[in-house]
Amino acid sequence: MFEGASNFVHSVDTAFLIVLVISVAFLVLITFLMIFFVIKYSRKKNPKAENIHGNVPLEIAWTVIPTILVLVMFWFGWTGYKEMSEIPEDAYVIDVTGQMWQWKFKYENNFESDSLFVPVNKPIKLRLHSLDVNHAFFVPAFRVKKDVLPNRNNVTWFTATETGEFEILCAEYCGMNHSYMLSKVIVLPEYEFNEWLKKDSSSSISTLSSASE
Amino acid sequence: MSNDALAIKKNGSEPTYLEYDGKGRGIKSWIFSTDHKRIGILYLVSLITFFIVGVTFGFLMRLELIAPGRTIMDAQTYNSIFTLHGVIMIFLFVIPGLPAVFGNFFLPIMIGAKDVAFPRINLLSWWLFAFGGFLAVLSILLPGGPADTGWTFYVPYSVRTGTNVMLALFAAFVLGFSSILTGLNFVTTVHRLRAPGMSWFKLPLFIWSLYATAWVQVLATPIIGITLLLVAVERWLGVGLFDPALGGDPVLYQHLFWIYSHPAVYIMILPAMGVISEIIPVFSRRTIFGYKFIAFSSIAIALFGSLVWAHHMFTVGMSDTGQFIFSLLTFLVAIPSAIKVFNWTATLYKGSIELAPPMLFALGFVFLFSIGGFTGLFQGTLSVNIQIHDTSFIVAHFHYVMFGGTGFGIFAALHYWLPKMFGRMYNLKAAKTAFWILLVGFNTLFFPMFIMGWLGMPRRYYDYLPEYHIYHLISTIGSWILIIGLTIMFTNLIRSLRRGKVIQEKNIWGGETLEWSVDTPPILENFVDIPTVTESPYEYKMNEYSETEKEEVK
Repeated sequence: MFEGASNFVHSVDTAFLIVLVISVAFLVLITFLMIFFVIKYSRKKNPKAENIHGNVPLEIAWTVIPTILVLVMFWFGWTGYKEMSEIPEDAYVIDVTGQMWQWKFKYENNFESDSLFVPVNKPIKLRLHSLDVNHAFFVPAFRVKKDVLPNRNNVTWFTATETGEFEILCAEYCGMNHSYMLSKVIVLPEYEFNEWLKKDSSSSISTLSSASE
Repeated sequence: MSNDALAIKKNGSEPTYLEYDGKGRGIKSWIFSTDHKRIGILYLVSLITFFIVGVTFGFLMRLELIAPGRTIMDAQTYNSIFTLHGVIMIFLFVIPGLPAVFGNFFLPIMIGAKDVAFPRINLLSWWLFAFGGFLAVLSILLPGGPADTGWTFYVPYSVRTGTNVMLALFAAFVLGFSSILTGLNFVTTVHRLRAPGMSWFKLPLFIWSLYATAWVQVLATPIIGITLLLVAVERWLGVGLFDPALGGDPVLYQHLFWIYSHPAVYIMILPAMGVISEIIPVFSRRTIFGYKFIAFSSIAIALFGSLVWAHHMFTVGMSDTGQFIFSLLTFLVAIPSAIKVFNWTATLYKGSIELAPPMLFALGFVFLFSIGGFTGLFQGTLSVNIQIHDTSFIVAHFHYVMFGGTGFGIFAALHYWLPKMFGRMYNLKAAKTAFWILLVGFNTLFFPMFIMGWLGMPRRYYDYLPEYHIYHLISTIGSWILIIGLTIMFTNLIRSLRRGKVIQEKNIWGGETLEWSVDTPPILENFVDIPTVTESPYEYKMNEYSETEKEEVK
């Protein structure tokens, strides 16, 4: 139903839509009933109220139906999350280091860059580590977020499905320049990525990463 | 009881609590009074003061965010301001909120008691509150500068920053004790001091909600106290607990923090739900729909709400089992809240509805709280949570619950009970105008945050990418509308205390709970004779709204 920049967009957006539709339906219903009752049973039109203490079948209905609906939501959320937590074994590994207030990316050949370069349509596994306080690695377009902690090595993964540039943001408050701890994911066709990785002269990195900014 | 005031007659009738000064004069007759009503008013004055300060900080944050880049302040100042906004609003306004003001004032009256069980401890808890508030203010003014950690004080940032974090933490620690003592007092009062005939299922629903809240205050607050103490131990003695540089675990801190702070969310919202459960039947002139379901759903919220803390931590790297359980429980805690909303709506059915200001605010609460509740479902949905965690979606969500919910609940309570407390009526037209402006301003301010949060705008950002500009701009304009509404509302209410029409009628709204059977304003010990209760609080047997004074109940 949804196409997006990564393999997670579909399931996350589907779950979002399901919750949205159910929520809006209920909100409209409740709001409509409130307004309707307020008009229909206003003191002027209906000076004498009727005492109704409750209705057990109704109470059961509006307990059971929402319970079923939230279990449906839960299930979509859980299955979507399960995809995020199951990392393919053949994923290409990149080390991500966060520190106040910048990102560093290190590739299998010990190559380092300020922007994250990845090949398209290939699972990428990110090993996340912080040198100081808590950060969070967040790529909104990919629906990817994971805390970057100093004492444990969290991992996350994604498969980019479109070439292009996407924002990386720090999502865990980390001090003064938290809002400037930004970078980019640059998704390249696989051969271009391999070309880029082979040119291990620092000049080529800086041209590419500055071109990206 | 601390004094035998009932012996003192004035003009042939009992002196009101406003007239009877006790041992002191002037301000001393207030800050040393053990009368639950005077203590309630001490809290009211303190809370409104802190609320105005918190609003000011919020206004400045929104002004800074009106456009990308620097607008009126630098990043460090912005970070301190959002921290102060959070700390003041949460610890000094919303958590004490309804229990401390209206709970203190009305809980004894509504159950037919002369005071709370421990009047002196009640006064002590206000003093602790005032002392905690003083420390918080001190942490802003002392060299080192105000804390810049966010109200969550996440380790390790909070142990590294050079700002006055320890003082702010100590302030929160002291405020915690104030909250515990109030909770203890209310639990004991509800158990021991109910009037004859006031069985559990004849308790007004506001009392049920205060009772559930009080248990959470007593059971959960010590955890934050201990956590903050451990942070102090780490900082001063260098024992590694949370700071990885010393071998500690920052995630442990987050767990301990949220084990308290999530239940604290229910400390904040439950009493407001109680207020709404009072107001809706009174202005619908009929009994509440599903009394027991509403009462038990308060208890269910208090119970389940204590087991969902880690849903604040879905991106921290928990085990899949942990994610599964906490997500599932989070969805289940939505059910009792939904039950309440349905029962409130059903209470309007075949009522005889008067849209007086308290009712407007109550219905506003139901609408805004529903949005807050529904957006909570998005956050409970694991895969969606990953996207919106720590974005402005969360900021929007908890403002809909805490401000649209608890805030509007407090405003509803003010319009409902203030005339009873002071014997003067505010301007009804101005109150209604204020409500509509507040409703528009509130939604303009916070709704855009849902959209930009879903699009990826992180929270606690001093600056932002240009694609989010339009949402920030609308939001800032909303903050101005909101402040206009607040100004009209508070001006109207405060003005009424001196110049409002004097009322002596006991039952201005036609309520059937006991506070409407006592004098306006109430006499020193509330009742000349303790009443005997024979029926449920919202019976409206005659369905007559003109004179429902329950003299005969005595």
